[in-house]
Amino acid sequence: MRCYVGRRVAALAATLLLVSLLVFVVVRVLPGDPALVILGLEASPESVARVRQALGLDQPVAVQYFRWMARAVHGDLGRSIQYDVPVTSLVLSRLQVTLPLTLLAGAFMVLGAVPLGVLAARRHRRAADYVTMVLSQLGVAVPGFWAGLLLILLFSVRLGWVRAGGFDGWGQGVWPALKSLLLPALALGFFQFAVLARTTRSAVLEVLREEYVKTARAKGVAERGVLFHHALRNAMIPVLTVAGIQIGQLMAGSIILESVFYLPGLGRLALGAISARDLPVVQGVVLFVASVIVMINVAVDILYGVLDPRIRYE
Amino acid sequence: MTGPARANVPRALRHVTFTIGLAITVLLVVTAALSLVYTPRDPLEMSIAGRLQGPSPGHLLGTDQFGRDLLSRIMTGAVTAIEVGLIAVGIGMGIGVGLGVLSGYFGGWLDEGFMRLMDAVLGFPAVLSALLLAAVFRPGLAVSMVAIGVAFLPVFARLTRASFLEFRDRDFVQAARALGAGDLELIASHIMPNTLPPLIVQATISFPVAILAEAALSYLGLGTQPPHPSWGLMLKESQSFLGANPWYAVFPGSAIAATVLGLNLLGDGLRDLLDPKLSG
Repeated sequence: MRCYVGRRVAALAATLLLVSLLVFVVVRVLPGDPALVILGLEASPESVARVRQALGLDQPVAVQYFRWMARAVHGDLGRSIQYDVPVTSLVLSRLQVTLPLTLLAGAFMVLGAVPLGVLAARRHRRAADYVTMVLSQLGVAVPGFWAGLLLILLFSVRLGWVRAGGFDGWGQGVWPALKSLLLPALALGFFQFAVLARTTRSAVLEVLREEYVKTARAKGVAERGVLFHHALRNAMIPVLTVAGIQIGQLMAGSIILESVFYLPGLGRLALGAISARDLPVVQGVVLFVASVIVMINVAVDILYGVLDPRIRYE
Repeated sequence: MTGPARANVPRALRHVTFTIGLAITVLLVVTAALSLVYTPRDPLEMSIAGRLQGPSPGHLLGTDQFGRDLLSRIMTGAVTAIEVGLIAVGIGMGIGVGLGVLSGYFGGWLDEGFMRLMDAVLGFPAVLSALLLAAVFRPGLAVSMVAIGVAFLPVFARLTRASFLEFRDRDFVQAARALGAGDLELIASHIMPNTLPPLIVQATISFPVAILAEAALSYLGLGTQPPHPSWGLMLKESQSFLGANPWYAVFPGSAIAATVLGLNLLGDGLRDLLDPKLSG
């Protein structure tokens, strides 16, 4: 087991290095001078030279990369041109919205999809199964941002129950803050809910066809016992792994939903930085979110190995 | 058409999911093709007097904030959706399959390196790549196509690699090698044809994902730029007028949902027909 985890962690280090290289290559090596991107095409050569020097662009590319990387490893993602503060502090402050939104959407996803998927498998080819399948087909077809707009239209414009968007911060109390995140989390979680409900249904159906489940039934174990004691334990392995990977996807999806509900999270920070040509902020946000997604994927791999011993001996 | 292929046609049409998916997809393609030669109104023609109207005989789906006909814009938006779907899947499939072939056939350090690269690319969903590319270049349709295509690389690369790992040591490949076939011939003529069915299914599954991603990127202002019609962009513009004309937000969203639903059903049906083992 220790060897398996060690291998995965070593692979994670290599993957994170590649993530940083990809971000760096797009910003520094692809055609387009970052100094000109920041200042605009009409900038004077002197100011371009000044910005190039300030960003370290006058150094060889390899030196630029290793310096940038070394600072990033120590938590220094550079300085925002627009706000003149460290990018790391901006990312951390906006994470106070993005992270709870992601987790809340994840909670909706798991609490809705797993029971529904199990129910659909138990009632295979009956009403509950068909309702689940229709819901999951709809869920993967409806874009999250449109679901968000429809929720605003219903609960805000028509019924007037909640605000159409905005976030006053956690200082105003936990409930008002959570209330601002409820609709966005619902819209964000709907797509992944549909995917997870399908995964759960398939996983439980597959396990229910296994010989050991038939044996348990033949020995007279009650259906409830077969399901909760024998089937769900194994069926939950793929469900947990898919749910884990989906958390990373939810974080990326939150970038879109933040725009729909005017939430001051990482996504709106990055979008605002694009308009303001604040490259260090875009670079910092993308590096941060991509690294988190990669780390979640590896954590899920390790969890898979813990839950299913066959994986770690492959 | 050969005998077995002809026999498969009625079997495919008896498959309800496949048939509904095919019907919706055909409707999408016909709508897009029709919009190239005919739309009820010019999708770019403005009429301030007729702005934000609900559905009426003159404008079947109503008008937007500039008085432009929504039906015409939604019809034209279908072309954008298909264009992005084809090009983004093409980018992901073209490069992904290439990397997967090299990884699966040659193995070793090349395989290890490419797979780590794909792990890294998995960290970049389309929206993240688009943010990065839009910061360096100008936001636009090309940026969104590349960003979406890049997000598809890992799935095509891994799928191809898995098939090549499965087939490269099979007896029929060894026999062809013993008869003097070179690497290129083995890859192109003997192994590749066996990898095609899962790749076709994956391309069908990826197509609606690309349409959803394009709509989301256009909504964020990173994809199609005004005044060109895109379903996502229309939804973005509708947000300021939810109270005045709610239909403005309903119709473009319904077009996305119906299209994605149809393509998903087609993909599910195709998967069942091409590989019954995978059907859930």
